[in-house]
Amino acid sequence: MSGYMEKKMHTDRELTGAEIVSTWLSDKLFLGLTMKEYVKTLITPLNMVAGLIVLGGLYFILLRFIFGLEAVTEASNEQPWGLFLSWGLFSGVPFSASGFVIGTAVYIFGLKRYQPVVKNAILLGFLGYLFAVVFLMIDLGRPWRIYYPMFVSFGTASVMFLVAWHVALYLSVQFFEFSPSTLEWLGLKNLRKLAVSMTLGLTIFGVMLSTLHQSALSAMFLLAPGKLHPLWYTSYLPWLAFISSIGGAIALVIVVSRLTQVFLKNRADSNYLSSINDITLGLGKAASLVLFTYLGLRLISVTHEGAWMYLNTPFGYWFLVEITLLATVPFLFYHGVQKKNVRLIQYTAALTMVGIIMNRFNISLIAFNWQLPHRELFFWKEAVVVVAVVTIEILVYRWIVNRMPVLRQHPDYMDDH
Amino acid sequence: MVTRRNFLKIGGSVIAWSVLGGRALASLDFEGNPDRFGMLSDMTRCIGCRRCEAACNKANNLPAPKTSFEDTSVFEEKRKPYVADVQSYTAVNRYEVNGKTVYRKVQCMHCDEPACVSACPVAALKKSKEGPVTWNEKVCIGCRYCIIACPFYVPAYEYSSAFSPNVQKCFMCYHRISEGVIPACTEACPVEAITFGRRSDLIKQAKLRIWGEPDKYIDHIYGEQEAGGTGWLYISGVPFSELDFQMDVGITSYPKLTKDFLSMVNLTLVSWPALLGGFYLASKRKQHTAHDEISDKEDDKQ
Repeated sequence: MSGYMEKKMHTDRELTGAEIVSTWLSDKLFLGLTMKEYVKTLITPLNMVAGLIVLGGLYFILLRFIFGLEAVTEASNEQPWGLFLSWGLFSGVPFSASGFVIGTAVYIFGLKRYQPVVKNAILLGFLGYLFAVVFLMIDLGRPWRIYYPMFVSFGTASVMFLVAWHVALYLSVQFFEFSPSTLEWLGLKNLRKLAVSMTLGLTIFGVMLSTLHQSALSAMFLLAPGKLHPLWYTSYLPWLAFISSIGGAIALVIVVSRLTQVFLKNRADSNYLSSINDITLGLGKAASLVLFTYLGLRLISVTHEGAWMYLNTPFGYWFLVEITLLATVPFLFYHGVQKKNVRLIQYTAALTMVGIIMNRFNISLIAFNWQLPHRELFFWKEAVVVVAVVTIEILVYRWIVNRMPVLRQHPDYMDDH
Repeated sequence: MVTRRNFLKIGGSVIAWSVLGGRALASLDFEGNPDRFGMLSDMTRCIGCRRCEAACNKANNLPAPKTSFEDTSVFEEKRKPYVADVQSYTAVNRYEVNGKTVYRKVQCMHCDEPACVSACPVAALKKSKEGPVTWNEKVCIGCRYCIIACPFYVPAYEYSSAFSPNVQKCFMCYHRISEGVIPACTEACPVEAITFGRRSDLIKQAKLRIWGEPDKYIDHIYGEQEAGGTGWLYISGVPFSELDFQMDVGITSYPKLTKDFLSMVNLTLVSWPALLGGFYLASKRKQHTAHDEISDKEDDKQ
């Protein structure tokens, strides 16, 4: 495919209605091709594989909605939450802090250096939350009542109530935060102006909501001191979750920026592509600082809870794996920044994501109910559903980036930040 | 429908919640009724006849079990009240401790300040004025946070149901209590091993029994203080730790574990806008100054 240019139709005569519609469709949806040509471009080996995965996942999701959670999950009274929440909610949401972290840097602290990645970071955040809700809809026993905490019945003493409100509000905030790109794509200039004018307010609101519910996600486990292994249970859980979400978000932006450089080069402008290295160095420095803070607080928390005596047990060894990983990454980031080694920072970011996912899995699944004798962690069908939903998420991301100005400035708004 | 009344109700709770935070409302939620009911299990009396299980099954219209309630082979394993293929609100388990045979009835503990109630985002679970912890089928969304939260591993979920999965546990025969009838298990017990009454009276009674026969009983009422106090109380002739009782639940009520966090909500809502607004203005000013300096230099050149 050629580099991106807005196509303009020049004709002398008046266009008929049908022509206007087909031009619009071709322009907005089919990447400037006719529908037939567009459908042909979709038939690639990679898309076929993605399609098969999605079909498999949809089949199991259908089973879940006909025969209950039991049909596809290992859910039991010993393990009420499984892979859907461990992955979709507890691991997915921390990385979705990307929108508020980069948004704050650019719009509040005025760090213009990160401007090229801010729209992408907000899109990643929005999709992260959207798909967290998708996972929640699959996992809730009665998903058609998902709005009940907002409008019907209020469990005000519940951390889950807080999470429900904040995810709902923040999803809306991110929708509006991303809307300038959507409106540029649709060519709605006045609405876009309005959306842009809300940026500062939305960013501040986003920080408030994120602080509270990033921490709330782990604070839910404060209620289960006897059930979560002492090496993970600590009254610091909320703050550890908040700090690590910032580290995770930065890591995600570094990794995805690299991936777009390789796979979505055609949809990016030269300003975006040429600034990635510099941005990666800056983000690497920030990640190093954040993760050093996290490591310090984490070690203090284990000491504070007097849990070191569990170190020489199987759960202790597993804890060591996690903590070694999370302790190594800030040093690697620091080293990478010192040596100006962009590639090292990018690999370290990927490693950081693994560490944070491991941490959230340990809290919500592996080290939870650790005293019970037999537990099945998850069923392979759950994994298929998770892979399928992630595939859909990637396809949606690609669909949007292929069309909307995310990795580039729209030619009409070049000077307008 | 959004009527004015509903609107006020919703708006009111949102405002009240954001102003007061979880803390104030939480303590209102758990204001205990001094006359609340409870149950006392005396494990020195229980003979393992399982008539309480049978009565419970009947009173709650639960499906018939695989084997009859007279079958004692069920004691070969330690049963949980409600699992995928056994639908019951209570189960009696047998223990051999120091040559003595002891039976323990398992069911919801009906905590004074239940973890499950503070976990529920839609207030489907409630500590009723009368004492039982109840569940409202009409608002439950099926998030199962109650099951995560309960320190006694009690609430169960119907994972095999796609359309109306229920949370299952003992409700202390709330439907009978509200009509002035005592719970079915108490009524069925032939040896008065289960006593129903005001919780405060039951504690006195338990103490009298322990003081009356100090050699027969362990000097402890399980549930008097555990997890902040439970509605179901146990007294025993052998250590509770030998009977699979949770010994790690402590004596503070579970909702307290999240109250401090919830009270941070207001602080965050107030402080972030002020701080960030300040940062924004500061960074704007810095840019302006930098910009001015540059133009000054350009002026100098000219």
